[in-house]
Amino acid sequence: MRIFISRDAAALSVGAEKTAQAIAEQAQALGLERTIVRNGTRGMLWLEPLVEVETPSGRVAYGPVTPDDVASLFASGFLDGAAHPLCHGFTEQMPWMARQQRLSFARVGLIDPLSFDDYVGHGGFAGLTRARTLTRAALLQEIIDSGLRGRGGAGFPTGIKWRTVALAEGPRKYIVCNADEGDSGTFADRMLIEGDPFALLEGMLIAGLAVGASRGVIYIRSEYPQAIATLHHVIATARHRGVLSDAFDIDVRVGGGAYICGEETSLLESIEGRRGQVRAKPPLPAHHGLFGRPTVVNNVLSLAAVPWILANGGKAYADFGIGRSRGSMPVQLAGNIRRGGLFECAFGITLRELIFDLGGGTCSGRPVRAVQVGGPLGAYFPESLLDTPLDYEALAAAGGLLGHAGIVVFDDSVDMAKQARFAFEFCAIESCGKCTPCRIGSTRGAETLDKVARGIEPERNLELVKDLCTVMTDASLCALGGLTPLPVLSAITHFREDFGPRRAL
Amino acid sequence: MSAAAPWNIRLAGELIAAEIDAARAFYGDDGEGATALLPILHALQRTFGHLPADALPLIAERLNLSRADVRGVLSFYHDFHDAMPGGCVLKLCRAEACQALGSERVAEHLEVAHGLRPGTGTRELTLQNVYCLGNCALGPAALVDNELHAGFDEQAADALLARLRGAPA
Ligand SMILES: Cc1cc2nc3c(=O)[nH]c(=O)nc-3n(C[C@H](O)[C@H](O)[C@H](O)COP(=O)(O)O)c2cc1C
Ligand code: SF4
Ligand code: FES
Repeated sequence: MRIFISRDAAALSVGAEKTAQAIAEQAQALGLERTIVRNGTRGMLWLEPLVEVETPSGRVAYGPVTPDDVASLFASGFLDGAAHPLCHGFTEQMPWMARQQRLSFARVGLIDPLSFDDYVGHGGFAGLTRARTLTRAALLQEIIDSGLRGRGGAGFPTGIKWRTVALAEGPRKYIVCNADEGDSGTFADRMLIEGDPFALLEGMLIAGLAVGASRGVIYIRSEYPQAIATLHHVIATARHRGVLSDAFDIDVRVGGGAYICGEETSLLESIEGRRGQVRAKPPLPAHHGLFGRPTVVNNVLSLAAVPWILANGGKAYADFGIGRSRGSMPVQLAGNIRRGGLFECAFGITLRELIFDLGGGTCSGRPVRAVQVGGPLGAYFPESLLDTPLDYEALAAAGGLLGHAGIVVFDDSVDMAKQARFAFEFCAIESCGKCTPCRIGSTRGAETLDKVARGIEPERNLELVKDLCTVMTDASLCALGGLTPLPVLSAITHFREDFGPRRAL
Repeated sequence: MSAAAPWNIRLAGELIAAEIDAARAFYGDDGEGATALLPILHALQRTFGHLPADALPLIAERLNLSRADVRGVLSFYHDFHDAMPGGCVLKLCRAEACQALGSERVAEHLEVAHGLRPGTGTRELTLQNVYCLGNCALGPAALVDNELHAGFDEQAADALLARLRGAPA
């Protein structure tokens, strides 16, 4: 019977390595050696380091386990799944796990992420195997039928994008995986890569088959060293096992710490060895992408959804979800939240259910005041809008966006004027510099909000900020300048009382 | 603190050649331009701890670029720096999810109690801002010499500084 302790970066950040060591030492001292599998995280980050013990009736969870807890765990017989104050019962029956519909994350936390055989043993490559039996048209149709939309932010239908690249002429095509994951409040790409990396490779292989590409590139941010090491490891394994070869091979490219390189054309510039400046569209990357070749650019989660879709059918995927948001979404609960982590479920669940039923409200114990959905370019929602369902269209109708589905909770100590100012500041820091409204407007916006905070003509200056936002929305080349107004204006609209002479705290 | 090698033009040349070869091997003709540039910058910085001025002409020559081109790329990305950072490098996450958990108070504390401002440093520690480390449910997040930390609050900052100051120089 094995023991599972995560090697996910979040688990390591709270001491999973020391816990694993303490357990190994104690087991050895007692002559009770067990295999310790270093898995991905189950996504219950508030319980990390989580220790799971395999029993004949399933895995039993203990957490958070520090080295100080180890002696008492052994004493109470945790190797047999015995009761203990840190015991949460069978992992699969914990409310957080039982309420999910884990399609893309089905294996994350379950398997040894580095083990090719474990991947295959848990249904890995079933999608690729089926894809190989289909014609290209039938394969594209599965993706179109699934209703899958890009999980990187823009929500563009993946099947349509693939078809465009499939129809484009060219001796060489590329599949580019966007693992830049720069949005605050998001970590699903990282968790997937650290917890089930072969699934991403499989998704890229299927994409390659569908469009006729022979090369894939994973562009991953430098802030994720653990995930980068994992990718190098599994790519070497996949080459060794013959899954990757000259017919389709994958390169890993590490970013340079620039948020804008998550924008697809900036990302392509970066791979080509240039400043990450955004390209004007058209031409679309689908026609004229990496090195001018037809290129699919997809987010990690879009690609990781593909093996399930091929293995189970596009229709089965589309059976989950509501409206035009089909399938499941790995939601990330972050910020000031009691139970933060990753929760994958069908579209349609409300923000309130996610934040209160699952997340347990704020970890400070104070009331929730604002929730930012979709990263730094997403809107701030007040408590009154939390019944909005997780759905591309419903969130847009409420004045926001889904983005990469990061949900960041703030309690009532938040100063929304500061948050609005930060949105401008972030835009100024990360602007690629190509268009004036973004480059200059963001700095002007922050200065103007400072005047509001100092009580200098607040009404007039707030009007100025709104005008500036209109210019940024209308005249920016990409969504960094174009969507920064979203957090700014939503903060002004829903939290107007914070914009005025700064309250003495 | 860092195990950086002293600048060595031969070693640098070998690292550059290896990245150029890798790019050509993978991308074929497409890899003939500047596509090895970011991997080269990363490899050199990983090895030498920073990108010394002498590295620029070398990279430019090997990639058939102008020095201005290389400098332009290097300056675009926040990761690359031409000076060796002093002591331990603390990267504090200043993005929204960590703000919600008090990262702004930590930044203020570092400045008021320890005289540390982002982008500056002391003999013991260099402080830098970062925007999201992917640990947004367990913030405030920080990288201490590239090791990810959770719950990096004022006490954690004090403890780190005490450790660094107590450590032999
Ligand atoms: C400023 C900016 C940052 C972005 N960052 C990311 C990112 O980190 N990851 C990502 O997948 N998409 C990001 N995108 C969206 C990409 O441009 C692109 O739409 C996406 O990678 C396409 O993949 P998908 O269709 O699978 O979502 C960003 C867009 C903008 C404007
Ligand atoms: S909006 Fe900003 S980031 Fe986007 S292209 Fe223009 S300057 Fe660059
Ligand atoms: S916002 Fe700080 S780690 Fe993501």
